[in-house]
Amino acid sequence: MITANEYTFKIFRYDMKEPEVRPHFRSYRIKVISGLTVLMTLLRIRDEIDGSLSFRSSCRSAVCGSCAMVINGKIDLACRSQVASFGDNTIVLEPLPNLEIIKDLVVDMTPFWDMYEKVKPYLIRKSPEPEKEIHQGEDERKRIDQNVNCILCASCYGACPVLSRTPDYIGPAAFAKLERFVLDSRDERPLHFLEGINNEKGVWGCDTMLRCIDACPKDVRPIDSIVGLRKTLLKYKAKKIFGITKDED
Amino acid sequence: MLAHDVLIIGGGLAGLRAAVGLCDKYDVGVLSKVHPVRSHSIAAQGGINAALANSPDGRDDTWKKHAFDTIKGSDYLADQSAVEIMCREAIKVVYEMEHWGCPFSRFPDGSIAQRPFGGADYPRTCYSADLTGHVLLNTLNERAVAKGVRVYSEWFVLALVTDNDVCHGVIAFDLKSGEIVPILAKTTLFATGGYGRVYLHSTNALINTGSGIGIAYKAGVPIKDMEFVQFHPTALIGTNILITEACRGEGGYLINKDDERFMARYVPNAMELAPRDIVSRSIQIEIDEGRGFEHPLGKYINLDLRHLGAPKILEKLPGIRNICIDFIGVDPILEPIPIMPCQHYSMGGIDTNEKCETNVSGFYAAGECACVSVHGANRLGGNSLLDTIVFGKLACLAIDEHLRNNSAKPDEKLLISKKEEMEKKIYKLMYGGNEKPYRILVDLSKTMSDCVGIFREKAGIEQALMDISKIKERFRDVHVNSPKLYMNYELLNAIELEYMLEVAHTIAIGAYLREESRGAHFRKDFNTRNDTDWLKHTVARIGKDGEPVISYKDVVITNYQPMERKY
Ligand SMILES: Cc1cc2nc3c(=O)[nH]c(=O)nc-3n(C[C@H](O)[C@H](O)[C@H](O)COP(=O)(O)OP(=O)(O)OC[C@H]3O[C@@H](n4cnc5c(N)ncnc54)[C@H](O)[C@@H]3O)c2cc1C
Ligand code: SF4
Ligand code: FES
Repeated sequence: MITANEYTFKIFRYDMKEPEVRPHFRSYRIKVISGLTVLMTLLRIRDEIDGSLSFRSSCRSAVCGSCAMVINGKIDLACRSQVASFGDNTIVLEPLPNLEIIKDLVVDMTPFWDMYEKVKPYLIRKSPEPEKEIHQGEDERKRIDQNVNCILCASCYGACPVLSRTPDYIGPAAFAKLERFVLDSRDERPLHFLEGINNEKGVWGCDTMLRCIDACPKDVRPIDSIVGLRKTLLKYKAKKIFGITKDED
Repeated sequence: MLAHDVLIIGGGLAGLRAAVGLCDKYDVGVLSKVHPVRSHSIAAQGGINAALANSPDGRDDTWKKHAFDTIKGSDYLADQSAVEIMCREAIKVVYEMEHWGCPFSRFPDGSIAQRPFGGADYPRTCYSADLTGHVLLNTLNERAVAKGVRVYSEWFVLALVTDNDVCHGVIAFDLKSGEIVPILAKTTLFATGGYGRVYLHSTNALINTGSGIGIAYKAGVPIKDMEFVQFHPTALIGTNILITEACRGEGGYLINKDDERFMARYVPNAMELAPRDIVSRSIQIEIDEGRGFEHPLGKYINLDLRHLGAPKILEKLPGIRNICIDFIGVDPILEPIPIMPCQHYSMGGIDTNEKCETNVSGFYAAGECACVSVHGANRLGGNSLLDTIVFGKLACLAIDEHLRNNSAKPDEKLLISKKEEMEKKIYKLMYGGNEKPYRILVDLSKTMSDCVGIFREKAGIEQALMDISKIKERFRDVHVNSPKLYMNYELLNAIELEYMLEVAHTIAIGAYLREESRGAHFRKDFNTRNDTDWLKHTVARIGKDGEPVISYKDVVITNYQPMERKY
């Protein structure tokens, strides 16, 4: 038997273009069968009750990173959160923190993408390409596994206490992305490329509160990357002092 | 007015690959209704085919063998010249993606790992665990960032502007500001992906509405082979999230309620690794004949991975394990996965040649929205990611050639009048009648799954055609709730719905007329392939009265004479 329980969804409403209407919550009562996700319920609310509700979604399977939001006080992907898993008949939905709200649950991701672009999130090589693949050992490949999993959902960005007071801090996801390349055996970026993060807006800004790790739906652990990058920078500095490195270009 | 030399619609693999190839030389704009990394390509799991011959069991693999497998898999409906191009190019594009940083899984010798996939005689599928689309799309997005490609993220294309078979650009809709913006372009490439959401049960992302195909069709561009719709054998019951073919590639079993590995009855040689159309039908027969399991969410059969053991599942299929745990509460290490066949891929699409050109000068298409055709009546797993990147790349050559040789200027006036037309249309949706868009979509998608699904027959398709015309009537009365233009997803759904109706209509009519069974198109009333009458592509154009006009065109045969498809 399929059982449907009645739930109250309290959803944050705000419209950047109508700043005179203060942010508020609107409640929707809806019957949900067990197993249904928060995203599927949101879609039903928009379809059946209130077409003016705005939120993002795409894959509905926890791989595209569109639907991160605050669900009953905790940041998660709406599409992988089962309504029945909260043990409560009221579900409160709010937009991701640390980003400006455009409308309802939709935030402006521009600063997040700007930081992503700033760290040069791409493989940089100087050697000529071989005819076939650049060989990479299984263990070298495994080294970047965790970072590769990042779906750029900005959950960690929303959870970061440093970003809530320093909006131009680079943020956890961008560090995880940068380290993904620094650790890639094929990448040949000169170490001085890391100078840009060698400051308080960069890796030294993190308070290691571990909130990003709690928030990440993909077990990426951005703090490991921050710590890893700090170590790389210290090694680089030591080498520079002892004149070991000839940091070309 | 905004203007570009090259306007690319779609930020999935096909669109980004084309952008990266053209942006050094031309002023390129990429427009996508979601941020590029949210495109459906991100969800691809299993892998991408290329005859690298890296596997110890496949040292003598060649692109020609890949081509033969593809043509045979296509049930001989693919254009063989196009298949040969794709399979030859495959090796180059996979190495290129690797050089650009794609983190493929590796063999112990450091070369790109390859796994077996359905319908292929060799382990030819390159992969990255079960996140292949994720790594490929990220790699191309990274490339695009490195090259500074101009991206219009969260912009939706409303209409294509063509006149006398020449394309002048598009009318777009900025979702954030709600503005309707004409964009002039010397060349336009559609890379808008597939139409899964025309079906009720689909593995596709929610954004896969096929609107790009519908937009092109409405602008007078012919579309091809729409009746060929792939059903994937293994999608989770309930949510229909895909459980990759790699599960079977890695050795998973399909089991019915009598605890039987039933594929032995249908394809004893290939078993679970037969091509998708055959496995999907086999599963459906098991379910229809009462050998499936019952669940509140539907009838299903089991995909059993337990014998693979925890280490292999954790290493090769970690994403699948997470999906099963998150979405159905099943850990595949301990329990079998409840699956059913679902709509998965659109073999048909905008009619293009091998250069991605359409009938309309300056208008191109690549990726899943296009039909070259390399997949014919049935696509092999791992060939579609390949198709997107190869033809995304090849589109660059054709567009470059066009821009070098063609001095015709796009016409602003045409765009302005089309913009006005679109404004009226949107106004009408906001102040229209009583029909809700979602109700219409549910009815449409249900009709398609019920009547134009895995098994088809005349009476059912007739029913679907009748339903579709009634639904088209109802669409005239459609109405959206909120009068705001920006961030109005209900409005977006209503706009896309109109195009989905056209897409569905062409699928149903193609299926109705094609009186044979070939690949994914299976007619119970004509259950064999008929090369004498039907070795040809279906082409649909919109007629003056808005109804589809069907014609046919020959399949290109080069070296591979059609023969019976045996596995
Ligand atoms: C779950 C799943 C798994 C798969 N796994 C594999 C696999 O392992 N191997 C394989 O070979 N194939 C696989 N496929 C198929 C393959 O993923 C797709 O065919 C391929 O990714 C399509 O890429 P594309 O670039 O054509 O389109 P998409 O990635 O779908 O991108 C379409 C783009 O167009 C944009 N767009 C669409 N309409 C508009 C509009 N009107 N205005 C503006 N923008 C628009 C979208 O925003 C998006 O950016 C899988 C498919 C599914 C469903
Ligand atoms: S690190 Fe985790 S939380 Fe942060 S963007 Fe990536 S997937 Fe999301
Ligand atoms: S919709 Fe893609 S992650 Fe939730």
